[in-house]
Amino acid sequence: MSAPNLELNNAAKNYDGLQVLHDVSFAVSPGEVVALVGHNGAGKTTIMKLLLGLIRPTSGSVQVLGHDPAGSNAAQARLGMGFLPETVSFPANMTGQEIMNFYARLKRQDRQDNERLLDMVGLGDAASRRVKTYSKGMRQRLGLAQALIGSPRVLLLDEPTTGLDPTLRRSFYDTIMSLKDQGVTVLLASHALSEMETRVDRIAIMNNGHLMADGSMAELRQRASLPARIRLTTDDGAAGRAAEHLQGADIRHVNGRTVEFDCASEDKMELVRRVTDIGISIEDMEIELPNLDRIYELYQDVEGISS
Amino acid sequence: MNALFAIAGQEIRDGFRNKWIMSMTLLLAGFALTLTLLGSAPTGTVGTNSLLVTVVSLSSLTIFLIPLIALMLSYDAVIGEVERGTLLLLLSYPLARWHAIGGKFLGHLAVLAFATVVGYGSAGAVLVAQGVEADNANWFAFAAVIGSSVLLGAAFLAIGYLISTIVKERATAAGTAVAVWLMFVLIYDMALLGLLVADGGNSISGSVFNALLLANPTDAYRLFNLAGFEGMATFTGTIGLSANAEFSPLSLLGVQFGWIVVPLGLATWLFQRKEI
Repeated sequence: MSAPNLELNNAAKNYDGLQVLHDVSFAVSPGEVVALVGHNGAGKTTIMKLLLGLIRPTSGSVQVLGHDPAGSNAAQARLGMGFLPETVSFPANMTGQEIMNFYARLKRQDRQDNERLLDMVGLGDAASRRVKTYSKGMRQRLGLAQALIGSPRVLLLDEPTTGLDPTLRRSFYDTIMSLKDQGVTVLLASHALSEMETRVDRIAIMNNGHLMADGSMAELRQRASLPARIRLTTDDGAAGRAAEHLQGADIRHVNGRTVEFDCASEDKMELVRRVTDIGISIEDMEIELPNLDRIYELYQDVEGISS
Repeated sequence: MNALFAIAGQEIRDGFRNKWIMSMTLLLAGFALTLTLLGSAPTGTVGTNSLLVTVVSLSSLTIFLIPLIALMLSYDAVIGEVERGTLLLLLSYPLARWHAIGGKFLGHLAVLAFATVVGYGSAGAVLVAQGVEADNANWFAFAAVIGSSVLLGAAFLAIGYLISTIVKERATAAGTAVAVWLMFVLIYDMALLGLLVADGGNSISGSVFNALLLANPTDAYRLFNLAGFEGMATFTGTIGLSANAEFSPLSLLGVQFGWIVVPLGLATWLFQRKEI
């Protein structure tokens, strides 16, 4: 594995004696897309600010593209970074194009590329209009376009899909995927759990400044050991008989033809085999694996109990 | 360095777009023209020295108006961007923090200088159109009042930036800016006068008094314009004070620069350490 593009080592942050981040360590490699999830105030934005070098860790260290983002080579690191803040606002009397030209100049990039970026986020036609005429979604997309100036190798996106309709969301993730293929590191902070779980490589769950879990969806499922939810549709009247043979499973619901139960993910095939072995034919089977919402809830609960 | 000028340029462009520059220029031109035209009314005709009358009028106008305009431009510069979230984005770009504050300062200064030069210059243009007779020294005094007005504006811009960097909320910055204006422009001289009267000339020596005058940028400005030029003293009966104070125009300019550099330097230093 190549050296990570961004890295936190036991990073902690105190604000006036209040600890908002506790010994967080994680790294993201080139071409990896990582979701940072957690409630408001869990420390997501603090991590973004640390990576941008806007604040310094109270203890521990931060590295972005091989530099300390708050150190003397910070500008070097930031040349290779793109950032979309959670609340994005631009001078209302400037046009989209002027704003892009301004940011391109700050990033020492040619303005030629701006047209392509504005087209990519669907603002090509609105480029010469003033930002005050833009909708919320258009401003968000302008924010995304500025983050992409200069082909950054690290993208930090704070709530990137707020205000985007489903079509734009899809095209947003398409953009992210093509960047990922080019080896760009993407860190997404978001509350939109369901849309991220199938699209990111890894998920880092934050709670009250602690990193609770960090892994792929499959790893998180396994670690969380949440049950899979299975629904069997059988011959008429056979559901009750099937339920009797599902020892070890947590039967949730039975009626004439269907039986619904929870079981550990690794037991599911064994249980289904047992039912077919006694001669009940299964017409349909639905398996619902624990989704990110359920896993996320679990980690929020854990903290609730311990604190 | 490129970032510095990019930010200054953005600030100037924004000033033109949101009509700030236009309204300030019109305001200053309106006042300057009124003073110029009314100033020549009592004498009936335009006399030899009406340019100097205008200079005196303009410098009095500046003392009230320019600090107010400068503070209105600058009190929001840092804290406003913090609250709108735009500073977070700006500082995520490859630039040093002093670029951000220095660029904004240069931009605001350009906006203020444009409004002052065009606004006051229009008064000069009217005088020329009226066929004023004035020698080079008088025109020099006129140019000096415009130049030093810009310097006074720069000093209050710098003070505004300092306020904007220190406070935690935008509303506090606005309140502090108003208080600073009241203090330097209205209260300070009265308080100084009161102090002198109360003291009865016993313990406050001339040098202490001089130092107290320089501790206010508007007083330094006043001394520079009203006492710095020959022939001016005859028009400036209201501040006979200046006759006693002995400052060379150069040292007064130095003080004016000090009032720009020190607050701006302090603001930059604090801004470097600020956690956004």
